[in-house]
Amino acid sequence: MKQVIKLSVNGDPYTVAVDPCQTLNEVLREELNLTGVKLGCGSGDCGACTVHVDGRAVSSCLTLAVEMDGKEILTAEGLAPSGETLHPIQEAFIDKGAIQCGFCTCGMEMSALNLLQKNPSPTETEIREAISGNLCRCTGYTKIVEAISAAGEKMREGDR
Amino acid sequence: MMRLSHFDFLAPATIEEAVGLLQSKGADARLMAGGTDLLMKIKLGAIKPGFIISLKKIGGLDQISFDPTTGLTIGATALLADVADHPDILKHYPTVAQAARGTANVQVRNMGTVIGNLCNASPASDNAPTLLAMEAVLHIAGPEGKRKLPLDQFFKGPGMTALKPSEIVTAVGVPVLPPNAGTAYISLSARGKLDCTAVGAAVMVTMSGDVCKDIRLFVASCGPTPLRAVKAEEIIRGKQISDDLLAQAGSQASQESRPITDLRASGEYRTKMISVLTERVITEASKKARG
Repeated sequence: MKQVIKLSVNGDPYTVAVDPCQTLNEVLREELNLTGVKLGCGSGDCGACTVHVDGRAVSSCLTLAVEMDGKEILTAEGLAPSGETLHPIQEAFIDKGAIQCGFCTCGMEMSALNLLQKNPSPTETEIREAISGNLCRCTGYTKIVEAISAAGEKMREGDR
Repeated sequence: MMRLSHFDFLAPATIEEAVGLLQSKGADARLMAGGTDLLMKIKLGAIKPGFIISLKKIGGLDQISFDPTTGLTIGATALLADVADHPDILKHYPTVAQAARGTANVQVRNMGTVIGNLCNASPASDNAPTLLAMEAVLHIAGPEGKRKLPLDQFFKGPGMTALKPSEIVTAVGVPVLPPNAGTAYISLSARGKLDCTAVGAAVMVTMSGDVCKDIRLFVASCGPTPLRAVKAEEIIRGKQISDDLLAQAGSQASQESRPITDLRASGEYRTKMISVLTERVITEASKKARG
């Protein structure tokens, strides 16, 4: 039997009837059309489905939608809500050439945000640890690590 | 792509209610804390429960508390990430924090729990060996009330535990460590971070100067459950630790383990590494114990 949940996604309130066996990933992609949230491995290993739930990065493929009642979800779409001004993390990924096919990008950005919110000046090792749950099969990780470092700088400047 | 088979979702508000649901639904129900292991088992078709009973709505079950006389208590829904970052755990039980931090990746640590990792009863669990070395005790609630069970009586085989039907692990307690105690945990895996531990060793030593007064040594991923290397402990206990003694203990720990060959490592590699890791963890823990 479907259960009705109320949740906030990228600041907007939603009321959705979900089947208990639906994952958050399925609801975000299929019901709310937020396809920036990817589905890669489906087993919590690749990080392509990473979203924030109440400010913490999680794998949406291993999160039950029914447990999201009352939660605040942030997806990559929520990084630049107006669609005009990009988030410093998104700008840095473009500037540093940290995107190739793009499949891992949204998840990478959400993991980057998870890190930079707690640690605005991470070392390279800390960045690599923070994205160790996100796989990229095109560009390798050097550009992505550079982008996250640059994004941290931009965000620190923005705070001043 | 893998989808979950159908189940009904139940989120009781109290432990008593959860035990009642387990009793009424029987073997068709599965308990869920973080769900990172359980949902994968369902996706892979290994199990097909009719009911999932979530522990997340039970108040206070996510608590982590430290008391200087009774020690550390980690609740059943406390996240791996919170255990890894908790100031009291980092200060008084750094090896517990290290093992939690070494489990899976950031996202899974933000979802999964230490207790879930224990109840999954994987021989490759990162959290079991250190807690075993520190004489952790499980707090269990069931139809007959509450009981406590030393963690070293909990594991019965891969995926098998001493839990009786309708029982729930509500917390794990770790006693205050003895004075001059030191702990260490080292794990190896092919890729070093995300993949399951191929071989590991955890130890707690209690020192008096250079003499090891007491030792609890466990090897991980080298048998159907984490194994206590009792004979290797005997070689060290009551003695002044020396290179020669460490080599003997390492060799003995290898002989006591029962590693298999699988995709994570060969049995031969595991056997050799147990010897190396045993020497290293005892050395590290005894250094820490002496400050």
